[in-house]
Amino acid sequence: MINMKRRTFLKGSVAAGAVSAAVGAGLLTPRMVLAAWPSAAFEAKSVDGALDALMGSHQLEGSDKIAIRAPDIAENGAVVPVSVTAEIPGAEAISIIAEQNAAPLTASFILGANTEAFVSTRIKMGKTSSVIAVVKANGKLYSTGKEVKVTIGGCGG
Amino acid sequence: MASIKIRAKVDGDVTTVKALISHPMDTGLVKDKKTGKPIPAHFIQEVTCEHNGNNVLTALWGAAISKNPYLSFKFKGAKAGDTLKLSWVDNKGESDSTETKIS
Repeated sequence: MINMKRRTFLKGSVAAGAVSAAVGAGLLTPRMVLAAWPSAAFEAKSVDGALDALMGSHQLEGSDKIAIRAPDIAENGAVVPVSVTAEIPGAEAISIIAEQNAAPLTASFILGANTEAFVSTRIKMGKTSSVIAVVKANGKLYSTGKEVKVTIGGCGG
Repeated sequence: MASIKIRAKVDGDVTTVKALISHPMDTGLVKDKKTGKPIPAHFIQEVTCEHNGNNVLTALWGAAISKNPYLSFKFKGAKAGDTLKLSWVDNKGESDSTETKIS
């Protein structure tokens, strides 16, 4: 995903702020920057860093209204099916985070006005980790997590 | 290019969309076994889905989405025969899109 130089570079710039990280990434690989794609969030090395860059906050409120469907044990970390359903009115976005991945943020889904708070996809997991679903609703972030044991990692190497 | 397989089915008021995209989703961390050189990152960054011109879902993806990505979601307000458009863009600027009729 990123070479070592950028890794070192980003480590500093993420700390300095999401904006500088985005600019830094832009300077090094201009073609990677799309208007809407939040590179700083996807390259962040921590859950908090990713959420700060993506949502502007990492203040999470635990919620029992979010359900994550994922296997307890994933034999192949390259393909881990994950579904998230939220029963929170006014849900605007659902993000899926694999806590122990090198870059924890795997995906963020922005829901349309008539779209239900449900997404299903398949993610890669480097090792056993908590999968966190973060739902944005009414300006707040709600989350829940589920531990997934990974037998064979799926992030390369 | 036909990289997208999509199916959309309406049941009552709720339309369920299931899509499968052919894409390597390379993370950039994997080395080519023959040459020992890293395979460059190549992954879909954005998937958008429109129903009658209205955006129903924007998916922002990192490289940690599995190869040949699968995506499913549900939305309200569509009826059979409506057009659904799904498109994707990857980090190399490649893209594809397809349209389907909701059944």
